[in-house]
Amino acid sequence: MAKSYEEINARIAKGEAVVLTAEEVSRMAEGASPAEIAREVDVVTTATFGAMCSSGCFINFGHTSPPLRMESITLNGVPVFGGVAAVDAYIGATEVSAEDPAYGGAHLIEALVRGEELLLKARGKGTDCYPRREFETWIRKDLVNEITMVNPRNAYQNYAAATNSTDRALHTYMGSLLPRKGNVNYSTSGELSPLLNDPYLRAIGVGTRVFLAGAQGFVSWRGTQYNTTKPRNARGIPESNAATLMLTGDVKEMSADYLRAAYFEKYGVTLYLGIGIPIPVLDEDMAASLSVSNRDIPVLVCDYGLDGHPAIARSSYEELRSGTVTVEGKAIRTAPLSSLRKAREIAALLKRQVASGAFPIAAPVQALPERSSVSGLVAREKSR
Amino acid sequence: MREKYILEYSSAVVDDPVIYTLVKRFDIKVNILRAEISSGQEGSMLVDLEADPERLAECREYLASLSVSLSPISRSLSVREEDCVHCGSCTGVCFSGCLSMKAPDWELSVDRDKCIACGLCAKACPFGLISLKFGE
Repeated sequence: MAKSYEEINARIAKGEAVVLTAEEVSRMAEGASPAEIAREVDVVTTATFGAMCSSGCFINFGHTSPPLRMESITLNGVPVFGGVAAVDAYIGATEVSAEDPAYGGAHLIEALVRGEELLLKARGKGTDCYPRREFETWIRKDLVNEITMVNPRNAYQNYAAATNSTDRALHTYMGSLLPRKGNVNYSTSGELSPLLNDPYLRAIGVGTRVFLAGAQGFVSWRGTQYNTTKPRNARGIPESNAATLMLTGDVKEMSADYLRAAYFEKYGVTLYLGIGIPIPVLDEDMAASLSVSNRDIPVLVCDYGLDGHPAIARSSYEELRSGTVTVEGKAIRTAPLSSLRKAREIAALLKRQVASGAFPIAAPVQALPERSSVSGLVAREKSR
Repeated sequence: MREKYILEYSSAVVDDPVIYTLVKRFDIKVNILRAEISSGQEGSMLVDLEADPERLAECREYLASLSVSLSPISRSLSVREEDCVHCGSCTGVCFSGCLSMKAPDWELSVDRDKCIACGLCAKACPFGLISLKFGE
């Protein structure tokens, strides 16, 4: 039986909607068929809390008098991109301070969310309409105009686990990888992860409302490196990193409970973000997708010690979470990099918000591409 | 009684055979797990000491007379647990079992007595919440 968005919203409005987290539905599926789940459950909440490097926000500082065309800008010593109009800028999460490589854009964003003050230094060349050449002041979220998060690539659909076969420790965005395959690190919330619960993105598209670090944000576009060409298993789940989302939201509404600046040793600064997406149980197929459990989710184990990070083993989230994974006959200890505890907190919070009607559900305005592949970059001569 | 301690030596006593004295005079079973001499010639040593409490008290007095500090490992490891997001990054490098995380709660568990002062966790925590007082 199929349910429309209107029917689901009517049930939410009457306070009758059944909303479960993706983990709860996975457990329910051990004793219930997709048809039963489709009949009994209206919405399923998914979530993740992990490192998302491709994040940042636009900020509008407001004009000074006389005005300045801000061309070279720093906040607390971290360069922010000023190549957009006079007083707009983009704070990239991974940009770092020249003095302290462990402090960067992600720290600025967290500080803004927390209501802390940042030292703005801006310079311009001075023009007829923008005669001022430099300006310095302390800013805070309530003293600037918009702070809009626009993250080019978030919420990766699956991500390979990492190990290291070399004789020295590697410091990567997948954490510290000890020599001679001393450990395996993985990062996604498995059966709770948003895009693993809707593998063909039927309910997630442009305009989908998402929980973004405590605020209600939206999917604004497909994420960069959006890839539909990865091999899928029988359940339709890609075996490695595939679809991605571009997300937008109001930084002034975000909470530091769900957004944290991070520094990976000898790699750099990144942003941990909490993302949640409610998925309506539209029909049996959707219920089947939402029933996915950790044992059904394939994951490759890649060797970060070799060029191109080739896959050297296949595993599942069930095995990764058991504490060890077998790679080339050897049992290796595993550790997560994304917080399942935080992801569960978000899924539970979102469940309450959806059930109460505070987090409206709607069909995407436009579907994300059915076909899209990713190219590498090669050195080449200019075309004649 | 058996416990792990960190001994901190000043440069004045770094050449003294302190461990020899602990064994010979106080009959303490010593297992040296890690030792370092810093560029300033101060020394740090992680030891596992097994002795009855009286012997250990005498040993304490002796070390105090040399100005060698003796502190349980549990006091050298600092984890700001109130700010922890339970990502698990530190558990991937902790082989002693001090920092661990598992089903069903996936919350960081800290068993300080298991720490071996390797210091890998301090660098692995993406939020800089872990520090270890050992050597420099």
